[in-house]
Amino acid sequence: MTVDTSSAETFGWLILAFPLAGAIAIALGFRFWGKAAGWIGTGAIALAFASAIGAFFAIQDLPSESRQVTSSLYDYASAVGLDIKLGILVDPLAVIMALVVTGVSMLIHLYSVAYMDSDRGYVRFFALLNFFVFSMLVLVMAGNLVLLIIGWAFVGYASYALISFWYRRNTATAAGMKAFVINVIGDIGLMLAAFLLFGELGTFDYLALFEEAPGHFDVNDGALVAALLLLLVGAFAKSAQVPLHTWLADAMEGPTPVSALIHAATMVTAGVYLIARTHPLFELAPTAADVAAFIGLLTLIMAATIALVVTDLKRIIAYSTMSQIGYMVVAVSIGAYTAGIFHLMTHAFFKALLFMAAGSIIAAMANRQNIDLMSGFRKAMPFTSALLIIGALALAGFPGTSGFFSKDEILVYAADRGGMYWIFAIGGYAAAFLTAFYSFRIGFRVVWGEPCEEARELERGHMAHGEPENPVTGEKEDTDVGFPGPEHHIAERAWPMRAAMGILGFLALFAGLLQIPGVTAAVEHFLEPTFEGSALFEHHPSTGSAYLGMLVGGILALAGIALAFQVYVRRRGVTAGLVERYRGLHGFLFNRWYFDELLDALVYRPTIAAGRVASNVLERVFVQGIVNGTTGIVRGVGVLVRGAQSGFVRAYALLVVGGFAVLALYFLVVSS
Amino acid sequence: MALEWYLVLSGLLFAVGAAGLLIRRNPLVILLCLELMLNAGNLALLAFARSHGNEEGHVFALIVMVVAACEVVVGLGLIVAMYRRRLPLNVDEMRGLKG
Repeated sequence: MTVDTSSAETFGWLILAFPLAGAIAIALGFRFWGKAAGWIGTGAIALAFASAIGAFFAIQDLPSESRQVTSSLYDYASAVGLDIKLGILVDPLAVIMALVVTGVSMLIHLYSVAYMDSDRGYVRFFALLNFFVFSMLVLVMAGNLVLLIIGWAFVGYASYALISFWYRRNTATAAGMKAFVINVIGDIGLMLAAFLLFGELGTFDYLALFEEAPGHFDVNDGALVAALLLLLVGAFAKSAQVPLHTWLADAMEGPTPVSALIHAATMVTAGVYLIARTHPLFELAPTAADVAAFIGLLTLIMAATIALVVTDLKRIIAYSTMSQIGYMVVAVSIGAYTAGIFHLMTHAFFKALLFMAAGSIIAAMANRQNIDLMSGFRKAMPFTSALLIIGALALAGFPGTSGFFSKDEILVYAADRGGMYWIFAIGGYAAAFLTAFYSFRIGFRVVWGEPCEEARELERGHMAHGEPENPVTGEKEDTDVGFPGPEHHIAERAWPMRAAMGILGFLALFAGLLQIPGVTAAVEHFLEPTFEGSALFEHHPSTGSAYLGMLVGGILALAGIALAFQVYVRRRGVTAGLVERYRGLHGFLFNRWYFDELLDALVYRPTIAAGRVASNVLERVFVQGIVNGTTGIVRGVGVLVRGAQSGFVRAYALLVVGGFAVLALYFLVVSS
Repeated sequence: MALEWYLVLSGLLFAVGAAGLLIRRNPLVILLCLELMLNAGNLALLAFARSHGNEEGHVFALIVMVVAACEVVVGLGLIVAMYRRRLPLNVDEMRGLKG
């Protein structure tokens, strides 16, 4: 029996077509659009979202065993043993990712329409934003490793261009370059992995790879483990996991909607998606999966501790993103695929919401981002404050919110797998406590307390307008193109921002209801066709243990929030004493575990030193030696024969005549 | 007439040309001497052609004439250019190629 898959294929291609068309239209008509660019961009993504919904229903209509629809437009390269198609794979995993990406992107576009309104790079911003969404969707919908790598690299570029969006700000361009370089390291890892897999299995196609692999590889086959570790280099560079995580905090130099879109909701989850996508390979090589899980655990604990002390509002959220992605990496590496993807989804909601609220607050502070300066915004900005608290609740895993269900599902699964996997449960719960604490460090410091000067001014209806300056270095800046615009926009005064934040707030609170242990399992049922045949997917913790885990998680979340309340509301100022007492620890955390310095010492300095050796020794002694030697020889010979060149024409003539005369004599003598 | 006479005359003409080439300093005269040498060669070629009874020598002589015509064009052009620029018409003083 053949199944008609054409509607799923059509919707799959439409998902890609709309953002691409939007990006091209906005970019080519940049002189023409003006403020309309924002709505065109938002509309294009909204159409892509509608297509994703269409794909969702189309795929639901198919019988469950044929819910992996492939479609290809043309053969990109076709030769003996090589068959690369421009092909997509529409299956539940891709569709759920596409839904999250397009849905959250649509809301962030809507938010940006108001938030970026006075920026002189308005049209450029939306062209890049649409291009980013297109790239991300190529990555998600790709049906083979080649198209995946194309999307992967496009996303890296879009991220670079958007981080450096304020291109006349030196710190922003430096951050963009850092992100790009680290992402390219990941690209190289991914490419080598693809080549290795191709060399072993002779195909780039996902489904063919998954079919061939079990017959070709033994469990923990050396070549497969090597390929997957290289794949992880790519995944970790994109998903900001140790030790390739340092770019994410610096990426906060980009405009806040960019941070919400790329560095919270979509791009950084690409690594998680990749691991979930290639799960049949990881199940054949548990060693590689365990490596991934341990790195995820390390990242989630490290980032959570750093988030305790950082003072830049956006950087705190960035470190919490790293930490939450650590949870997802742990989840998809130990086999909790549903939980990992579910957490990816809820995280996209509440983290985008947190960034949007942070953007609104930062605008009210006239672009200053230091939370030491902020306090008491609850009266001045009631809407933003409420949604900031909703985001913080979901991040902290407050019982009933979306983050609560998704995070605990991961940890319960880890505990239920037992053995060594207990480490992940324990580490995860410890970090969950820290998460609750630092998320309410933001909440209490920004929303509670005595209103700061800006908040008081705003209560009187006047928004602060400081001198434009770089929030990191304090340098004075312009408001010309290449810098943030002159006006700032807060959610209280711009309905698109309010609408976007409201929808995300609703989702952050209630998305958890999709997947309540023992009651609903919507995400799991939907994802089933992708993960069928996976023993780990079939493994379910019992409902009892799930509720026990949720009890533990809920208590930890409440304890963390209570501790934050103690420290930041009841006994304000106690932090200064703590910093004084644990100066060493604070310095260690504040300097981000010295990872930048470590990479500096391990990679940057040796590279520079090697370059210096090459330039001073290799270049100067050997290369220049050879070059100078050659010219010296030529010149020496020239000196020797120069005497013959007298410039005396008749002497030349004599030589010619004499020479021929000698030749003639010689032949005469020889012939006679 | 025997072939030798032609060759002797040709050799004499060549020697006169070569001597003039080596002795004289005026480029115009040197050019004339060159023509003399070329035509000495032509004479030898034609003499051999007649004595062997075939046409190959004639062909070569024609080619030599073409070459000689080209050479005169270039040579005279150079000399006129030198004259126009008031350069001394003396090959011994033109030593710009000295190494």
